Amino acid sequence: MTGIERTDVLVIGSGFGGAIAAYHLAAGGAKVVILERGPWLTGKDFDHDFKLGSSYTRAFDFTVGDGMSILGGNCVGGGSVVYFAAMPRAPRFVFERHGSIGRRMWPAAINRDTLDPWYDRVAESIPISQQTWSDVPYAGGLWAAACNHAGRTANPVPAAIDLSKCVNCNWMMAGCRFDAKKSLLFTYLPAAVAHGAEIRPLHEVQKIHRTSDGGYRVDYDHIDGEDYRIRGESGSIEAKIIIVAAGAGATPVILQRSEDTLGKMPRAVGRYFSGNGERLNTAILNEDKVRDVLGLTRGDGLAYEANQIGKGPVVASWDRLDGSLPEYSRFSLEQLYFPPGLGTILAQVPGMDGISWFGKDKKEILKRWRSWLIIFQMTEDDNEGVFGPPPAKGNADRLSQQMLGLGPLKYDPTPNTLRGWAEADAEVKDILERDGIAEVAAWTNDVVGAYTVHPLASCRIGDDPETSALTDGNELRGHPGIFVTDGSSVPGALTVNPAMTISALAERAIPGIVRAAQERGVDVKYGAPAPDGSTSGRRGVQDLLPTLTRG
Amino acid sequence: MTLEAFADTIVPGEKRSPDDRAVAGASHGGGAVAAGAIELLEWDATGVHDGLDWFASALNDHARAYATEHGLAPDETVPPFVALGFEHRTALVQKLTLPGHPEKPLWVSLALFSNMAYDSAAHMHTADALAAGHPGLIAMGIERPDPDGLWRFPEFSYGRKLANLHPDTTSTGSPA
Repeated sequence: MTGIERTDVLVIGSGFGGAIAAYHLAAGGAKVVILERGPWLTGKDFDHDFKLGSSYTRAFDFTVGDGMSILGGNCVGGGSVVYFAAMPRAPRFVFERHGSIGRRMWPAAINRDTLDPWYDRVAESIPISQQTWSDVPYAGGLWAAACNHAGRTANPVPAAIDLSKCVNCNWMMAGCRFDAKKSLLFTYLPAAVAHGAEIRPLHEVQKIHRTSDGGYRVDYDHIDGEDYRIRGESGSIEAKIIIVAAGAGATPVILQRSEDTLGKMPRAVGRYFSGNGERLNTAILNEDKVRDVLGLTRGDGLAYEANQIGKGPVVASWDRLDGSLPEYSRFSLEQLYFPPGLGTILAQVPGMDGISWFGKDKKEILKRWRSWLIIFQMTEDDNEGVFGPPPAKGNADRLSQQMLGLGPLKYDPTPNTLRGWAEADAEVKDILERDGIAEVAAWTNDVVGAYTVHPLASCRIGDDPETSALTDGNELRGHPGIFVTDGSSVPGALTVNPAMTISALAERAIPGIVRAAQERGVDVKYGAPAPDGSTSGRRGVQDLLPTLTRG
Repeated sequence: MTLEAFADTIVPGEKRSPDDRAVAGASHGGGAVAAGAIELLEWDATGVHDGLDWFASALNDHARAYATEHGLAPDETVPPFVALGFEHRTALVQKLTLPGHPEKPLWVSLALFSNMAYDSAAHMHTADALAAGHPGLIAMGIERPDPDGLWRFPEFSYGRKLANLHPDTTSTGSPA
């Protein structure tokens, strides 16, 4: 006998997919261990500081690929700690998308109606605010006014923010210092811990093995708390159930690396990656026109000059979320704050031909940074991302002590994706350049490729084994007892912020995971209430359970 | 000197003295060099610190070839990249960072940190950088924090309805 540690359920990653699974399984009676690659930071650790080594770089991972770069969370709580907390549900047409495979790509069992009860469970578990116009910061208000001026509608976006605590500092990408953002650190994770789950930060999973008794062994490395390039001791844990939720940029890498020990992976592991069709535009406002055309004033003599003020994305235009439009022509346009550093380098100079992401003219537009308005497009891409061979360790070859690395993702946008981006660019220009309100330019894709903050679909659910790595119950095909519950399970671009849908799919996967654990001899039950004890969401999914726990 | 000239190509600044060769003087006010680009690049946290000699040497090799290709007169008193005029430096850096260039990821990483020195002072605490008059943060108009080093904006909203909601919005505020 070896002295190897054993648990019932081993969860890889503590973002939405991992935290939700960990909570329900621990609350149901299973022994749960969560391995998280990043550090465990809380309120006082969240700095207002761009210096390398502050929470802004500790909690993030920026992985540069070939044609696509991914920005993702790297801390306990994962994306929920660093995201902008926008929590819309995906529009109905998204579930009917065909994407690149020529037929419906979502499992037959899932559509907006069948997912709504699971969205409700999430909404009961994570406090989500509906913002009024008085909650909307200047940037969102400006975007709304411009949309209105152009004959469009605009919606304040539902957000997991306690508005009474928010000070509109716009530092939420570095974690919320004021505990206003209701990340997983306030919901599923403490509830999981209260039920005995153990969270181990700075543990990076490398590989999964089969054990002789039909279970699994997971190998991990300790990661230095300051310099993530430095690895400490390695270790292993055995478990009966594995939940892989390392994020869509890392989950497929772990599975690919494990192919020689686990056996052949489904073809779709590491394929069909979607960047959620994301693209960014920068508008540079003409302050006089903002005042004269849109009639906006801040009351202190300024019309706008408020790029720095706010809470991420607050107002979105959903006019093009129209299911009657052809696929790839549907998108949302969301006002978004992107801080300096990552938020300026790719911006190009409006109206300038040729390369303008650096140099003399770029410096001139930086001087007008206070008058910037960034518009985030979420379009329908073609799931064209493919992961190459995994790096030796982790999901990227790390360059910097934190944050920056080079990863194996290759993304070559198809004409469909390019068309969607072009239509979204044109729509932003039509709205914001009308009557000289602003000048607009898209961010360049020539520096680090396209850029996504919502990686999806690299290990997706579906009905067709050729084009989906997971069953519609999130189990890895051919590897019973391994489940994937993070953004990589989402079949494709959602045209809105995906956290709500990732969470709903994770909630939906739980009954089947519990059943699989029971079949493996784990004494666990399904049926935990929301983390705060509320039970209406549980009642709402009761009738759906039989179809999700079939043997 | 070569890396200063590179950083100055990314975010140009004014010459520090009349005989400043590295900084081309293509722009008013401080640029990446004055913002601390070299300090940032030399910090081991970036991961490019170990390769700076290679970067300088490779950049000068590229500059030498560029000068020959364009028939530019050599200037032996400074490194070949520094000898290039600002427009030629810009053209060369554009070439090195184009998709398909085999060294593109390297030059992009150097450009990224050069830019970060200017737009976020990533080698300094942000509050300290603002207090010290950091040229990039000041030029961009970044507000100063409260005395405790944290930012708060009590005035943040136009405070009135500015558009109609989409007609297909659900009761939970989502698209239908």
